[in-house]
Amino acid sequence: MSLPSDSAATIADYAHPERLVTTEWLAENQGTPGLAVVESNEDILLYDTGHIPGAIKVDWHTELNDPVVRDYIDGEAFAALMSRKGISRDDTIVIYGDKSNWWAAYALWVFTLFGHADVRLLNGGRDAWIAEGRELTKDIDARATTEYPVVARVDSDIRAFKDDVLAHLGKPLIDVRSTEEYTGERTHMPSYPEEGALRGGHIPTAKSIPWARAANEDGTFRSHAELENLYVTEQGFEAGNDIVTYCRIGERSSHTWFVMKYLLGFESVKNYDGSWTEWGSAVRVPIQTGDTPGEKP
Amino acid sequence: MADSPELPQALAEIRRDFLSLEVADRLQLLLEFSDSLPEVPAGMVAEDTWERVAECQSPVFIHVEVREGLAHIYATAPAESPTTRGFASILVQGLDAMTPQEVLAVAPDFPLQLGLQSAVSMLRLRGMSGMLWRIKRQVEEALAS
Repeated sequence: MSLPSDSAATIADYAHPERLVTTEWLAENQGTPGLAVVESNEDILLYDTGHIPGAIKVDWHTELNDPVVRDYIDGEAFAALMSRKGISRDDTIVIYGDKSNWWAAYALWVFTLFGHADVRLLNGGRDAWIAEGRELTKDIDARATTEYPVVARVDSDIRAFKDDVLAHLGKPLIDVRSTEEYTGERTHMPSYPEEGALRGGHIPTAKSIPWARAANEDGTFRSHAELENLYVTEQGFEAGNDIVTYCRIGERSSHTWFVMKYLLGFESVKNYDGSWTEWGSAVRVPIQTGDTPGEKP
Repeated sequence: MADSPELPQALAEIRRDFLSLEVADRLQLLLEFSDSLPEVPAGMVAEDTWERVAECQSPVFIHVEVREGLAHIYATAPAESPTTRGFASILVQGLDAMTPQEVLAVAPDFPLQLGLQSAVSMLRLRGMSGMLWRIKRQVEEALAS
């Protein structure tokens, strides 16, 4: 059973406000049967230092990734994970996390690969909840295991692979990394040298729109009007566009993917999770350096 | 994993403690280390001598001094980054007051010897490697000066 959508005026203008909840909504609906609150962070121990009461920890590195192949877990492993965490297929899942919800958006995107119908983000994430002085706890509620069905992962709708991107060149492509990464001055994100690549630059034709332009200082999303101004008026995206987003491993671009797909309502948006760590180390793929998108090769 | 003879005793004990636990409990131990990172007394380290650990995404700073033949390791890391704080705490508590030679002899892959790869992921462990090599580099600089 899905919980009712959040009807708060602050999110009502988005194309799919049912994909977002406010901290007020979550506070009111905590403990409602059918609601599963999931925390997904960059820092694997942050949840353990205190989390929203009742929240379930899901770690993207160690739980959503296949332990051997660079890929996500399969349908059986996802079903086992959800069952273990006490999440049912018809639960409303609300995900939140640190870093303006990067990893929360990433987890939401992965959950969507498995077709979990009702999965939402907490606007502003962990920081907003804490900034408002709301309750945190170190207690971990025992949840009964569930019978989550084995559902095959469907990559084709929202996930792009390297070959898809090669075939996509000439259509809208968004690079959400920092300017230094886009131009090729850096082969890695500032402060993330471990996620580097052998070459610097960007995928030819990709526009540089750093993810943070879609977020407010407090981690909430910019208003619908601001987002429309940025992506439609300023950057020229149009209804009907096929859009691919990328960053270095796919987590910051999940944030922009969420914005394009659910806040602005573009129908066809895919996240290229191989991103720069794959493209920038692949043999013979075209690369553009400097601050202009460049021509289709 | 066989004990490398060159590991200082305190660090060897920390490694033994981690490896004696189940994988899930190793995370709890890392959290305990995070909680017990020694506070650096005000004024102990001059503001302009802290070195930012660029390998960590969160603002982590280290400083090493060699006094009377022993290395003293200082580190700060925010409470919002408990994993990184835990890594810093392991190195501070495992290396403080060792001789410079003992610090320099620590294998660069020490972070991989704690059995945390599957619990924490390789990617996150690299932040700890960055701290270790910066600590060793500062020890070398202190010896050379």
